[in-house]
Amino acid sequence: MDRYIQFSHTSDIGVRVFGQTLEELFENAAFAMFDIIADLDGIKSTITQEFELTSQNYEELLKAWLDELLYNFYTKNIIFNKFEIVKLSEDFISAKASGKPVADNRNRLKTEIKATTYYNLKIIKKDDYYEVDIVFDV
Amino acid sequence: MQIWQGPIEKIDDYRWRIPKSYMTGMRVDGVIYADDRMIEDVRTDKAAQQVADVATLPGILKYSLAMPDIHWGYGFPIGGVAATDIEAGGVISPGGVGFDINCGVRLVRTNLKESDVRPKLKELVYALYNDIPAGVGSKGDIKVTEKEERKLLVEGSKWAVDHGYGRQDDLEYTEERGAIKDALPDKVSERAYERGKHQSGTLGSGNHFLEVQVIDEIYDEAACKVFGLEIGQIVMMLHSGSRGLGYQVCDEYSKSFIRCLSKYNIEVPDRQLACAPVNSDEGKAYLGAMKCAANYAWANRQCLMHLARGVFEKVFGMSPRDLGMDLIYDVAHNIAKIEKYNINGKEKLLCVHRKGATRAFGPDHPELPAKYKNTGQPVIIPGDMGRNSYLLTGTKKAEETFYSTCHGAGRRLSRTAAIKACRGRSIAGELEKKGILVLSSGRETLAEEAPEAYKNVNLVVDVVAGAGLSKKVCRMRPLGVIKG
Repeated sequence: MDRYIQFSHTSDIGVRVFGQTLEELFENAAFAMFDIIADLDGIKSTITQEFELTSQNYEELLKAWLDELLYNFYTKNIIFNKFEIVKLSEDFISAKASGKPVADNRNRLKTEIKATTYYNLKIIKKDDYYEVDIVFDV
Repeated sequence: MQIWQGPIEKIDDYRWRIPKSYMTGMRVDGVIYADDRMIEDVRTDKAAQQVADVATLPGILKYSLAMPDIHWGYGFPIGGVAATDIEAGGVISPGGVGFDINCGVRLVRTNLKESDVRPKLKELVYALYNDIPAGVGSKGDIKVTEKEERKLLVEGSKWAVDHGYGRQDDLEYTEERGAIKDALPDKVSERAYERGKHQSGTLGSGNHFLEVQVIDEIYDEAACKVFGLEIGQIVMMLHSGSRGLGYQVCDEYSKSFIRCLSKYNIEVPDRQLACAPVNSDEGKAYLGAMKCAANYAWANRQCLMHLARGVFEKVFGMSPRDLGMDLIYDVAHNIAKIEKYNINGKEKLLCVHRKGATRAFGPDHPELPAKYKNTGQPVIIPGDMGRNSYLLTGTKKAEETFYSTCHGAGRRLSRTAAIKACRGRSIAGELEKKGILVLSSGRETLAEEAPEAYKNVNLVVDVVAGAGLSKKVCRMRPLGVIKG
């Protein structure tokens, strides 16, 4: 199974993310976002950061997780490429993300994602996997 | 491709209606400005559905509008206009302004002719590319302390001018004189400050650009005279917004406004349309923060223009004043404004959302600079990098759209489709054959922004001119382009 695919959206970028479990879905969503931002091929992570976030439901938690990573990308200049969800419930997430400073990897940067949106954001349970569509404002 | 199946009824040559009977919850009709050719394009994505969705906002007056450059956004369509009646509980929606608060364009004239610029075009475009920070997460040279940044958020362009980035008369020719009053820096989070701190004086990426253009067609001689423009003359256009600061403001308020939906008993079809009454504490807080981001964007474009003037000075060995580099106008096209309208004989204060739409005041409007009293407000319409851009003016008839008009060509292809269509081609090479020199820092930017990814701006402008929402002044074509 693909981790994600891009779908056609006229002005922005849409991704359909897949995961066997909700944890994997959250990891793959973060991967999809950074795969759009930068060329992740062969990046060796040197920094790991831990995150704990709360929200009201899985969708809002997913958005909060992506927003947190995006904020860290822009203010701490880290390209994240590995993600591990340590604990996940409907209102809480604990996770780790590893990556590398942008520093001399500027040529890896591809797309400026301004933000993640709530547009049509709905996690769907299929027979044996989960999927969610996410639209990024670029 | 999925074709939208909802009802679109023809009203006249330029207007189409989505009746409010189409969907439960619609409070008004949707009205799309388009002609027969363009309306078929509108059906190919979900933009028309978004026009219907916006019609559910509490307090919305008259209709949920879309300009002819309409395309699929998130929540609001791009090209969407919605005015809400503040006294009647009308709402403000952060998603209806968008992440790039006060994304906008400015147009600068010069005394130069194409024949002056052609021989130095390469030098000019490379120098612009070198001196103007652009690209993903780019940082500028303009460093401000937090105390200064709070001042910048209140004073907008004036802050920039006071710090040596431009001249006093630039303010006269900027929408709101480059700063909306009553901005509330306390309503801007630490995180937003942090994201904005290093980005003043940076262009951004994606569709943001700086272009050197030549005027290649004149429609309104009298207006051109007022603006100091003639055929063959060089102008500079720049398109940028509020960078990370605006994105963060929108993001945080879109999130917190979801709680307002239950608090104020509001039902909307999508969370990205989350909103609160303009007069609520939440509405006032967002408006105060939005104004800060808008002022940041004006200061940003003012700094960018200053940097570009410096490049022209270096390349042509003349001061910007001697080069006649006067600002013609600066307009916002992602913003919510509190404006007065006469509705059925009563003066009302409305909150006008323009999401990818430009304010277009007609002649004699009290907010125009004295010099533009007779022409109406200049409206700057960037096209794609291979075809044309336009200068228009506002009309009195545009009162029907809450003095709003189109904002650009409007995308036609998704970014992925554009990249696919451009595989194996050199877009820079194709443009060079047309005499256009393009430099870009993003690897895929040129393919994503290829001319064919956009609707034909000429058709878009024909619709707003045909419908009487704006008047054509002149047309430009690009010579040099820098992209993020």
